[in-house]
Amino acid sequence: MLNFPRWKSISILLAVVLGVIFALPNVVDREFWSKLPVLHDLQPLVLGLDLQGGSHVLLEVDRADLNSQLAKQLIGDIRQALREQKIAYSGLGRAGAGVNVRITNPDDVSRAMSTLGKLSQPVNTGFFGSGVASNDFNIRREGEVITFDPTKAGLEAKIGRAIQQSLEIIGRRINALGTTEPTIQRQGVDRILIQVPGLQDPERLKALLGQTAKLQFRLVCESQPQVAGERPPVDCEEVPDLKNPQQMLWVQTSSRATVDGEDLTDAQPTFDNRTNEPIVSFRFNQKGALRFGKLTQENVGRPFAIVLDNKVVSAPVINEPILGGTGQISGRFTTQEANDLAIVLRSGALPARLTVVEERTVGPSLGSDSIRAGVIATVIGTIGVVVFMLVGYGFFGLIANIGLLAHLSITVGLLSVLGATLTLPGIAGLLLTLGMAVDSNVLVYERIREESRAGRSPVNAIETGFRAALATIVDANMTTMIAVVVLFMLGSGPVRGFAVTLGIGTATTVFTAFTFSRLIIAYWLWSYRPKVVPL
Amino acid sequence: MFQGIRFIPDDTDLPFMLYSRFGFLLSGFFCVAAFLVFLFNGLNYGIDFKGGTLIEVRTLGNVNIGDLRSRIGGLDLGETELQEFGAPNDILIRLETQSGGEVAQTAAVDQVTKALGKDVEIRRVELVGPKVSGELTQGGIIAVIAAVILVLIYIWFRFEWQFGVGAVASLLHDVIITIGVLSALRIEFNLNTIAAILTIIGYSLNDTVVIYDRIREYLRKFKKKPFVNVINEALNATLARTIITGTSTLIALLALYVWGGEVIRGFTFTMIFGVLIGTYSSVFVAAPALILLGSVRDTKREPAKASP
Repeated sequence: MLNFPRWKSISILLAVVLGVIFALPNVVDREFWSKLPVLHDLQPLVLGLDLQGGSHVLLEVDRADLNSQLAKQLIGDIRQALREQKIAYSGLGRAGAGVNVRITNPDDVSRAMSTLGKLSQPVNTGFFGSGVASNDFNIRREGEVITFDPTKAGLEAKIGRAIQQSLEIIGRRINALGTTEPTIQRQGVDRILIQVPGLQDPERLKALLGQTAKLQFRLVCESQPQVAGERPPVDCEEVPDLKNPQQMLWVQTSSRATVDGEDLTDAQPTFDNRTNEPIVSFRFNQKGALRFGKLTQENVGRPFAIVLDNKVVSAPVINEPILGGTGQISGRFTTQEANDLAIVLRSGALPARLTVVEERTVGPSLGSDSIRAGVIATVIGTIGVVVFMLVGYGFFGLIANIGLLAHLSITVGLLSVLGATLTLPGIAGLLLTLGMAVDSNVLVYERIREESRAGRSPVNAIETGFRAALATIVDANMTTMIAVVVLFMLGSGPVRGFAVTLGIGTATTVFTAFTFSRLIIAYWLWSYRPKVVPL
Repeated sequence: MFQGIRFIPDDTDLPFMLYSRFGFLLSGFFCVAAFLVFLFNGLNYGIDFKGGTLIEVRTLGNVNIGDLRSRIGGLDLGETELQEFGAPNDILIRLETQSGGEVAQTAAVDQVTKALGKDVEIRRVELVGPKVSGELTQGGIIAVIAAVILVLIYIWFRFEWQFGVGAVASLLHDVIITIGVLSALRIEFNLNTIAAILTIIGYSLNDTVVIYDRIREYLRKFKKKPFVNVINEALNATLARTIITGTSTLIALLALYVWGGEVIRGFTFTMIFGVLIGTYSSVFVAAPALILLGSVRDTKREPAKASP
């Protein structure tokens, strides 16, 4: 236990030196460090959102919203298919989770069935691959009524697709904020986790995420509500004003009177030449430009509404045909509103609404307060433990303290190299392992005291002390490791940070006690050959 | 050369097993009391498990908690709770889960931040919707149960079954009493608390395993000695270590409690209490429990010696 071959001593010292080097970026001035050769690639600890400030937002696809979008689309498809086949129908609309339609002439029902049957698409279940092929809708017939029921596989495939699209769109929106290193990832079936560190204005992030950003240009109806609560005529729909939700506008529902914003290629915030008001200018692709040109050409002199997420942004009158495919949106915006609208329009519309199911935001001032508190507590705690060990074990306490510093450096170094995130509970874990790190030393030292008392020579006592304590130390630390593993699996964010530091700290404490501290004691023992152990 | 102060004299020989009768009584009493407190007082669940919103603000200028209360009071958001958080100008606002699903929670936060106005700095917002809080509760319960079962298996594997049961008994003792204290003092129970309890489980076991290891060693060494004496000697031999490690851990934790900031104060309090109760239970519950469970020695260690 006390004889170290040269290669062993060297590798132990090397491990400690490496630990110290890896830990250094955390204490050395950034500017100076980045100029060093080779070492400049080493990074300091990544601070968690609770320390550097930032937002953690968990979004979930609004299934009801997605369902109604899908139903709307299906209704359109059914209408078009029946029209093409010249089959008369009535009562086309939503029924529960699905859609149903009544065929007017009973003789047409079987023809309608075969036409509509083509609308149901097979779903690639992927996950179960080989299994039964499933369609996205089940179609059934009762008399003259044909019903489309969405299948579970179909819905799930659509949620998956919606999540994939949303990930991209959200990525574009957040990148436009210009923050550093946002994380955007899928979680579970229908959720997206977003973590944006160092955010100064978390409200703005939520404003950007909260909109679907579905933009439409729709013709305004001839008649408008005279009193509140009045029912709109056929082919018209009531849409509230964006800034003044009590005020309603009737707009046309037919697809011929609508141009969708999905054909936008660009949107930029700018200012109106005349009024100097912040506005958003946009450009269509060729297809959109054509449709927009046609709509404006046929309706010169009439007002059309710019509708964003089912709210009227503004309703200007078409003065002349807009054929170039560019236009602008005004709507009493502030500069930032115009800016954000341009961002969401550029990024594209989300396939369905996303709801915030969890949010944890820490402002930058609380974060820096927490760092300061954590550092002060760590320094004071370390000094307390160091002094306690000196008082309790004298010379051997000094050796334990050198080991303790090595332990702290290696732990911090490992965490830095692994790119682990340091959270406030993580700092607590670091300090806790420091308190527990002395345990390995204490176990060995107490054992050496016992063996010395039993009359063994110093070499023999120390040798036995280390050997007898080893099994105990491994056993005892295994139990902490069990708790760590469970914590890690349970953990989200800060708790996981705590588990990581506690786990690495516990592993390091066993290492330093059994290699580094033992090496120092062995070196001292062979150099001075004491008659009694000063313990 | 300075050899250090002996905190525990070398020749300490305390009759722990004699004390343990009172220890059992005391522990039993506290467990029942803790359970009753928990039953009648419940736990002060944080938003992680209850759902709802927590907003920490720092007031600027001479706005006080009463002003904020009146600004938020008129919003009709159900039960709202305002309290000072470490300093008079740091205030914690809690909103209960709003009816109307996930969307309503975010809307409520918007309303509050608007109502608070410009002379308040928002330092932290935590919002947990009803779905997520349900999942977190389930996760927390599973974590504690999983930890206990894993530990039982590990100790069973490394020792005899009696040790496994003894360790788990002392573990449950620690967890129940800790929860009772959290309930009595109305300390917020959240995800961090679960982390603290799992750490306590780790620490308490650490302590227990060290003592069990020594008992096992002495069982092999002193084959003739009565079981009670073996346990007693093992406890005395490890006493210095038990005290010194416990003290050093407490020094670190106390530094955190005093200087580590308000955000983790509940977390560190739970751990400080856990280290104290865990140390006590290793000595006064885990070790004597072995006697109650029947001598380890008779059943397995030396089956041949029973029939000379």
